[in-house]
Amino acid sequence: MKILVCVKQVPDMASKFTINADGNWYGEQGLAWRMNEYDEFAVEQAVRLWEQEVGAELVVISIGPARCREAIKKALAMGADRGVHVEDENCFKKDPYQIAGILAEYAKGEHFDLIFTGMQSQDRGSGQVGVLLAGMLGLDVVTTIIGFAYQDGKIRVKRELEGGLKAVVEVSSPALLTCQLGLAQPRYPTLPNIMKAKKKELTLISVDDLQQLPSLSQTALVEFPQRRKGGLVLEGDVNDLADELVAILKEKTTVLARK
Amino acid sequence: MKALIVGETRQGELLNASQEGAAFAEIIGAEPVHFLVGDKENLPWVRGPIYLADVSKYGEYSPNVHLSLLLEVVRREAPEVIVFSHSSYGWDLAPRLSLQLKAGQISEVVDVRDGAFVVPACNAKLRRTIRPLGDISVVTLQAGAFGPFQASEGTTTVIDVGTDNTDTITFSGYEKDATGDVALDKAEVIVSAGRGVGEADGLTLIKALAAVFHGEYGASRPIVDAGWTQPNRQIGVTGQVVSPKLYMACGISGAIQHLMGMKNSDFVVAINTDKDAPISDVADVMVVADLKQFVPVLIEKIQGR
Ligand SMILES: Cc1cc2nc3c(=O)[nH]c(=O)nc-3n(C[C@H](O)[C@H](O)[C@H](O)COP(=O)(O)OP(=O)(O)OC[C@H]3O[C@@H](n4cnc5c(N)ncnc54)[C@H](O)[C@@H]3O)c2cc1C
Ligand SMILES: Nc1ncnc2c1ncn2[C@@H]1O[C@H](COP(=O)(O)O)[C@@H](O)[C@H]1O
Repeated sequence: MKILVCVKQVPDMASKFTINADGNWYGEQGLAWRMNEYDEFAVEQAVRLWEQEVGAELVVISIGPARCREAIKKALAMGADRGVHVEDENCFKKDPYQIAGILAEYAKGEHFDLIFTGMQSQDRGSGQVGVLLAGMLGLDVVTTIIGFAYQDGKIRVKRELEGGLKAVVEVSSPALLTCQLGLAQPRYPTLPNIMKAKKKELTLISVDDLQQLPSLSQTALVEFPQRRKGGLVLEGDVNDLADELVAILKEKTTVLARK
Repeated sequence: MKALIVGETRQGELLNASQEGAAFAEIIGAEPVHFLVGDKENLPWVRGPIYLADVSKYGEYSPNVHLSLLLEVVRREAPEVIVFSHSSYGWDLAPRLSLQLKAGQISEVVDVRDGAFVVPACNAKLRRTIRPLGDISVVTLQAGAFGPFQASEGTTTVIDVGTDNTDTITFSGYEKDATGDVALDKAEVIVSAGRGVGEADGLTLIKALAAVFHGEYGASRPIVDAGWTQPNRQIGVTGQVVSPKLYMACGISGAIQHLMGMKNSDFVVAINTDKDAPISDVADVMVVADLKQFVPVLIEKIQGR
C-alpha cells in the first residue's frame, strides 16, 4: 500500500502579523512557523494506517520555500518513510487550484492508495486543495473526517457536521480524505525518532520542473480587519486588573450580586 | 448576472443556506435561482425558481450525485456565480463543482467589494480580498455573514431535476454525541478553557474560577480533542451554542467556529496574552494577562469580597 500525506507550513496564529510590501499576503518577519494543525492530524492518521498495514510506504509532500522542510522533517520524525519538497518561493501567490495542480502532477505517476490532507490550512483556510487534488486524480474524496477505519480496501469514516452531529460514510480505496482536528491525537516526535528522521530520504523538486495550471482567482488586497466591538482593553499589573474586572462585573452584570 | 444558490437539508430540516445565499445575491445584484436536494413539502421561502431534487431518492449526503444534479442545473441556467454556505455540506461540494467548471472558488466570504470577495485569513487576524478571474465563480459564505433574506411568500416555480442516483460514496447514517447531564445552556456563568491553559492541570484553575461564580466550565475544541474534558463541554459550531449572562474565555483565541457558540452571551470577558487575538471582536472586556497569574488573583478577590 502507498500512502501520501500533504502538509503545509504555516505561521503560528498567535504571532504578531504584518503585511508584505506588495500588500498581497503577510510579511514573513517575526513569525514562528509550524506544521498546519489539521495536517498534524492527517500525518498521525497516516502513520497509524502505515503501522496497521505491514509493508506500506508513507510519503509526505510539501510545497513551499526552503523553510517548509521543517514541516516535512516533523512528519518524518512522526513516522513517514520519505519526504518530497517541491520548492516554490512564490507558493503563496498560487491559488488552491494551482497548488492542487502541482500536487497532482507529482502524485499522478505514483498511484497512491490513500491520500490524506488537512481539511484546511490555518493561514489561508480555503479548504479546497484536498478536494481539488482528488478530482484531478479521479479519486473519491470525503472531507472533514474525525474517525477512520481501513480494512481490505474498504474505508469507513466519520464526517463531522455541525452541532455535534456526525455522518458515517463508506468509500473504497483509492481515495482521498481531508482531516479535521481531533481525528487522531498527533504524537510528539521522540528524540531518537528525530535523529532517525535526519537519515530519511528527502527529495527536492523545483516547482519549475512540474507542469503548472493557470490561476482561477487572484488576491487583490490583504489588510487588517476593523475590530467589531471595541470593548475595553485592560493591561497592567494582575492585582489591579483583578480589582478592575471585579468592579466592572459588579457594575455591568448581575453575576456577583447575590452571592 | 445570475446567481445559483445551493440549499441544504439536514435530518429532514431545511438549513439557512438558501436564505443567506438569497441575501448575498441581493447584495451583488444578481437574479436568484435556487437548487435544493430536499422535500417538496418543505421549501425555503425565497424569490426565483427552485430546482428541486427529491431527497428521499438522492439522499442528504451523496456528493457525486449532488454534483451531477448541480452540473445539470448549471448547464440549463448558466449562472455567473454559484453560492454555497461555508458549512460541512458546502465546503465538501463546492470544490467538486468548481473543478468541473474550472471556476475560481472563494471560500468563507464575509463581504463584497467591487466585484471581489472578502474572506478572513490567519484566524481572522487578516482579511483578504480575492478576485475570481474567469466568467464563472463559486463562493462559500461564512454562516451568519449575510442575511438571512426572507421572502413574504414561498416560490411558485419548482422545477424537478434528476439523475442516476448511484454513488461510490455511501452514507450510512448519522451519529450524535450524547450531551449528557451538563446543562451548559442553563448556566448563568460559563468559564471556558482554551489551549492557553497550557497543560491538563491548567483546567483545574478554570474549574475553580467557574466554581466561585457558581457557574459551569466549558472548553474550546483542542481541550476536548486532547481528552482533558468531555465533548459535551465544547462550545462552538460543532459543540454547544450558549448565551450565559457572563462568558469568560480563558486562553481562547476566538476562532469563528468558537465564536459561533458564544457570541450571543450577554457579557464576554476574555483573558489572553495576545491583545490582537480575534476574541476581542466579541469581548466586552479584554484582560491582557497570563491566565496562570491572573486567574488565581481574581478568584481570591471574588472570594474575599
Ligand atoms: C469545521 C470546524 C469546526 C470547529 N468547531 C469548533 C468548535 O465547536 N469549538 C471550538 O472551540 N473550536 C472549533 N474549531 C476549531 C477552531 O478553528 C480553533 O482551532 C479552536 O477554537 C482554537 O482553540 P483555542 O482558542 O483554545 O486555541 P488557540 O487558537 O491555539 O488559542 C490559544 C490562545 O491562548 C492564548 N494564550 C496562550 N498562553 C496564554 C496564557 N498563559 N494566558 C492567557 N492566554 C494565553 C493565545 O494567545 C491564543 O490566543 C473548529 C474548526 C473547524 C475547521
Ligand atoms: N503548500 C502546500 N503543500 C502541501 N500541501 C498543501 C499546501 N497547501 C495546502 N495543502 C494541503 O491542502 C489542505 C487544505 O489547504 P487549503 O485548501 O489551503 O485550506 C492542507 O491542510 C494541506 O494538507
